[in-house]
Amino acid sequence: MTTTAIGRTSVPAKYLPVLVTGCLFAAMFVAGGIRYEGFASGQVVLNVFIDNAFLLVVAVGMTFVILTGGIDLSVGSVVALSTMIAASLMAGPGWPPYVVIPLVLAIGSGLGLVMGAIVHAFDIQPFIVTLAGMFLARGLCYTIGTDSIPIEDATFTAFAQTRIDLFADLWISPSVVIAVVVVLVAAYVLHYTRLGRSVYATGGSEQSAMLMGLPVGRTKIAVYTISGFCSALGGVLLSFYMLSGYGLHAVGMELDAIAAVVIGGTLLTGGSGFLLGTVLGVLVLGLIQTIISFEGTLSSWWTKIFIGLLLFVFILLQRVFSARTRR
Amino acid sequence: MAVPAPVLTMSGIGKQFPGVKALDGVDLRLSPGEVHALMGENGAGKSTLIKVLTGVYPADTGTIELDGAAVAFGSPLEARQAGISTVYQEVNLCTNLSVAENVLIGREPRRLGRIDWKRMRARAAELLSRLELSLDVSAPLSSYSLAIQQMVAIARALDVDARVLILDEPTSSLDAGEVEQLFMVMRRLKEEGIAILFVSHFLDQIYEISDRMTILRNGRLVGEYLTSELSQVQLVAKMIGQELDALERLHGEARVFDRPLIEARELGRAGAIEPFSLTVHEGEVVGLAGLLGSGRTEIARLLFGADHAGTGEIAVGGAPASLRTPRAAMHHRIAFCSENRKADGLIPDLTVRENIILALQATRGWTRPVPREQQDELVGRYVKALRISPPNPEHLVRDLSGGNQQKVVLARWLILEPRLLILDEPTRGIDVGAKTEIQRLVAELSDGGVAVLFISAELEEVLRLSHKVEVLRDRRLVAELPNDAELTTDVLMETIASGGRDS
Repeated sequence: MTTTAIGRTSVPAKYLPVLVTGCLFAAMFVAGGIRYEGFASGQVVLNVFIDNAFLLVVAVGMTFVILTGGIDLSVGSVVALSTMIAASLMAGPGWPPYVVIPLVLAIGSGLGLVMGAIVHAFDIQPFIVTLAGMFLARGLCYTIGTDSIPIEDATFTAFAQTRIDLFADLWISPSVVIAVVVVLVAAYVLHYTRLGRSVYATGGSEQSAMLMGLPVGRTKIAVYTISGFCSALGGVLLSFYMLSGYGLHAVGMELDAIAAVVIGGTLLTGGSGFLLGTVLGVLVLGLIQTIISFEGTLSSWWTKIFIGLLLFVFILLQRVFSARTRR
Repeated sequence: MAVPAPVLTMSGIGKQFPGVKALDGVDLRLSPGEVHALMGENGAGKSTLIKVLTGVYPADTGTIELDGAAVAFGSPLEARQAGISTVYQEVNLCTNLSVAENVLIGREPRRLGRIDWKRMRARAAELLSRLELSLDVSAPLSSYSLAIQQMVAIARALDVDARVLILDEPTSSLDAGEVEQLFMVMRRLKEEGIAILFVSHFLDQIYEISDRMTILRNGRLVGEYLTSELSQVQLVAKMIGQELDALERLHGEARVFDRPLIEARELGRAGAIEPFSLTVHEGEVVGLAGLLGSGRTEIARLLFGADHAGTGEIAVGGAPASLRTPRAAMHHRIAFCSENRKADGLIPDLTVRENIILALQATRGWTRPVPREQQDELVGRYVKALRISPPNPEHLVRDLSGGNQQKVVLARWLILEPRLLILDEPTRGIDVGAKTEIQRLVAELSDGGVAVLFISAELEEVLRLSHKVEVLRDRRLVAELPNDAELTTDVLMETIASGGRDS
């Protein structure tokens, strides 16, 4: 019943937003290929992955939260805090990476857990709870240090410089592998586990989910914990990429992550969306940056302008879709 | 008929809320293979009893026995696991998920922790076929009608080994055919030996499906009766605790009124209602009859200034007036009780007093607050006159039953002492007792010289109250009929059907 005819085939309405984002990505790629020399190569797409692996991981966590109808504003600050803790522990006391990385992941998850518990236990708007978390984490960065701390650990630098060669001169970084694994695991969790289905149910109607006997409270706490974990992992990937820890890293990244999720077709009210959409959303954002840099003369602020315009268009699209399915 | 051993017995249940005794010494027993109706006015304690039974609230006093063993459920989930499933009035499902998931979520078939979608769809289809439904189980639930969603909710309730099925007003949003489908399912389940507790405001439905009933009034038990041994009139009398004389006495009649209050001439709005002319006199009750969407509400909105008229003019008390906003209409002492009391009228988190005072305060402007003393005096008077229950002006409106919420909306407008009161479906979804009271109130207002424009889908009610009836069809005013001896519901229906061409 809710299928929309596209040409001669018909696509279930729920896949439509993802399809739109996919088409947008393809169109941008083709347009870039026509306009710029050397654009239409596989490596351009892979570079988008390489440069945005950390954003992709963070956006995966954000997808969980937004699917329940919540929001997590703390992710950018948690990313920064993670780079800062990792860098300072390795630079100062000289802790090895295999201790530091699990510790950072645990701290990020812990922060998410606490925020989720507050959202659930006191029934407070996630917006304000995670806003508090955002200030807290950003502030904690400066108690560690106000300057950028370089990372000189051998394992980290080796990891940062590793290239994994694919066929035909194409290559990716280890971060991309990690990000892809995160996406696959997350997609499995969302689609094939009770937790994942509870996430969708909670986003559809929290009241109903509760009356159907689903563990709504646990689900909500879980998504913020997952988002905290993903932010910390994103922070680790960012410190591979930057080889430094700094309190000003990842300023505004929460908004990029939210933008990617929304452009990927996930409804901000929750209950509808796919991880594939989020991946495409991150790719679209990355491709905009690539196009701006190929253009050369444009300032990088144009990236923001395009992202802003895209967001407007996609939010309007969401309205149109949800209005139609409601009839 | 031999009474089979009850599967569930509740005895001496009591429940106290701040300021209200919601339940007091209520007994209820449900037998396998029987449809048991729970009857009572709004606010009689039906919902509270169900919530106590299903573990939403703990009981203050009393015991619940399931198969002879005492039980106390801490949550709806525990009650379900014990075999007591509930389907609520509002479908509590997630419409964004597929039909199959809605039936089985929380109990999905899994293999090594991985949801087995194929088996899940098969199991859901199997459960639905038990209710003689064949749906596309992988389609989102939102693509099906409310009636089907209701059935899906029942299928979900039955998946656990349900022995008691509670249906809390499942029929209020279904049409006749859908109700029949539901009843078929209920009869089937009855044969399977499931005890069904059924709550509905529709007496005909109760008599069609139920075997036995328990009646509550004001949180107390009135008694348990066999449906076949209690007439409808007796039932209503027991529910409201008084004889129906009041209801019988009311009867609208054609009368000659000579002081026109509002005259609309060729008033119309493109796309909403064709130009119409209508005169309402002081003390006159004018009924608007017509199908849903025939333009009844549109007329009301034009007269209240909620919509702009495209054509025509209005005169109030003989002088031309411009009713371009509700504020202007209120200035002429026109009041409008809208159809959708939840969305348009009431603020659930404010108290009864605050809700009642709202419109009066709005007409005075925020710089001149109504003195507290005057508030208490006014509110006290209307709470008493309308018999709002509980009679505590500081109670939150959210906690009131539907009928009492409707009375609060009414009180809000009555406080302004309107000259024209527009009532859009004031009695929909409320029980027979509150209905009678609202009808009596309309009659009293009209005796006191207030003009009333009364919109209702129930033709009988329109006839009972109105002095004249305006018939609408396809957004056009097709006939104006004086309510004389010849006017019956049949004549009205015929007029609606024929579009007034014959008359």
